Amino acid sequence: MSAILSVEALEKSFGSLVAARDISLDVPPEQTIGIIGANGAGKTTFINMITGHLRPSKGRIRFEDRDITGRPSREITRLGISRSFQVAQIFPSLTVFENVCAAAAVARGSASAVRQAATPLRSDATMAEAEAVIALFQIARYRDSRAATLPQGARKLLDIGMAVTAWPRLLLLDEPTSGISIEEKFDIMEVVMTALKQRRITVLFVEHDMEIVSRHADRVLAFHDGTVIADGPPESTLGDARVQALIVGTRLTLGAPAQAGDA
Amino acid sequence: MPTHLTGALAFLVLAAIAPVLPAWLVSLATISLANALVVLGLIVMWRAGLVSFGQALYYAAGAYAVALLSRSTGITDGFLMVIVGAAAATVVAFVTGFLLARYREIFFAMLSLALSMILYGVLVKSETLGSTDGFNVAPATFLGYAPHGRALGLALFWLVLGVCALAALAIGAYFRSVAGALALPIRDNEIRVEFLGISVNRLIHVKLAIAGALGGAGGALAALAISHVDPEMAYWTTSGGFVFVTILAGAGSVAAAFVGSFVFQLVRSIAVDLLPATWQMILGAVLLLTILFLPDGLGSVLAWPGRKRPERPS
Repeated sequence: MSAILSVEALEKSFGSLVAARDISLDVPPEQTIGIIGANGAGKTTFINMITGHLRPSKGRIRFEDRDITGRPSREITRLGISRSFQVAQIFPSLTVFENVCAAAAVARGSASAVRQAATPLRSDATMAEAEAVIALFQIARYRDSRAATLPQGARKLLDIGMAVTAWPRLLLLDEPTSGISIEEKFDIMEVVMTALKQRRITVLFVEHDMEIVSRHADRVLAFHDGTVIADGPPESTLGDARVQALIVGTRLTLGAPAQAGDA
Repeated sequence: MPTHLTGALAFLVLAAIAPVLPAWLVSLATISLANALVVLGLIVMWRAGLVSFGQALYYAAGAYAVALLSRSTGITDGFLMVIVGAAAATVVAFVTGFLLARYREIFFAMLSLALSMILYGVLVKSETLGSTDGFNVAPATFLGYAPHGRALGLALFWLVLGVCALAALAIGAYFRSVAGALALPIRDNEIRVEFLGISVNRLIHVKLAIAGALGGAGGALAALAISHVDPEMAYWTTSGGFVFVTILAGAGSVAAAFVGSFVFQLVRSIAVDLLPATWQMILGAVLLLTILFLPDGLGSVLAWPGRKRPERPS
């Protein structure tokens, strides 16, 4: 099957600093890819280029056989690529239901300013989609609570749920478990990955916890110094000598301490 | 819908009892409803976190457009005047919107203030527009009907009431629309709104144009009600007055704008009557008490139908 996303010789430099270089890869549909790497290795830069947040200095990005290199993020969202954020981006003063409703309404709404002002936000379709996503991400017990009052894990689920209302074909998760306690982490990832599998979404996720990576990824990309140094099934990438030396640490045991935080 | 029912009832009652009300109360209600349109525009922006200290720009643009049309062509039809006033101000708001939609918070407030003071400066310097004295506006006619005295006052009141009813319906629908209901999300987190796939600046630009249209309609109606326009209509104290009423009213509902504006005019009339020299003290005290005891404005007394307060954290 042909690739849903293909990246060719991607490069990003900020002045003399090269944040990403020579990244080429093909992503087949419905694959779940883990991205690992130390802080500053270029993982977030890579994600930001795909979602249109940063314009690549060189190279091409194709999504579903369309060239999306350097297109604005709004357009890319409408083409079918959504993302979640390292720090959950939600609407704190709205309830969980209102958050998801707003996301679903924009996703289903027209891009024309006139139609946006003429269609009600709370249509039957958007409310049904909001309820479905709330159930899918298991945050129904917070449905009517203000998002500001949610615990960290539920915030992350809400953030990812809002991205999913757009029915993306590709979803990029920037450190879905950052800021979540060790006890909560595994359950939350389980909920997220089950939900995304159910909607048959292709996933790229940045993660520091190697146990989570090996449990959920079909394929792992290891970033170092702005480029991909290993790309393959989890066992082979995590077992790679350079990856062990530079990222994972030589003694890879299950439950190895995670490196928290990234720039 | 209970909201629509209450609104329709209030509209009918006001329209029906106007002929038996004293003339001063009818004219007070006319002015306060005209100003309420401007306040409604401020509420549209405030819900997205924007406070304009220059809304008098659109108010004056609407008023002067109408006054100039009447002076240069002799057209006096009230219905046409409202449309012309609103259209003129919408054009101004659409143009200034390209600049204003890029600013937030205090920068937005100050820039809007500066733009309104430019118009004030131009009006004061324009001899042909009567400079600081302004000029008179001919009495309005209504599709050929040309009333005088008390009948004119009543006709104007009904015109204002009709425009307000239309505006309330339209803005109510806008608040429930995708573009309108995203106001709170914009105030909360613009980045997220952008990543949902919609342009925040464009949403705000539309809000500015809507607020401009309402400001222009209000200005046109005020010009007809006072039969006079002058540069004071563009002055920053006029803008400040509208912001004052907006805080008094609260951004909770459409009805708040009308109730707030009427209460403001009433309190001011009574205050001027009681303390001709220091009436501002009473107004200030009313605002202070409102902020202290009704932080969501007078509108919060009317409650916000259809929207329950979210539960506290459990």
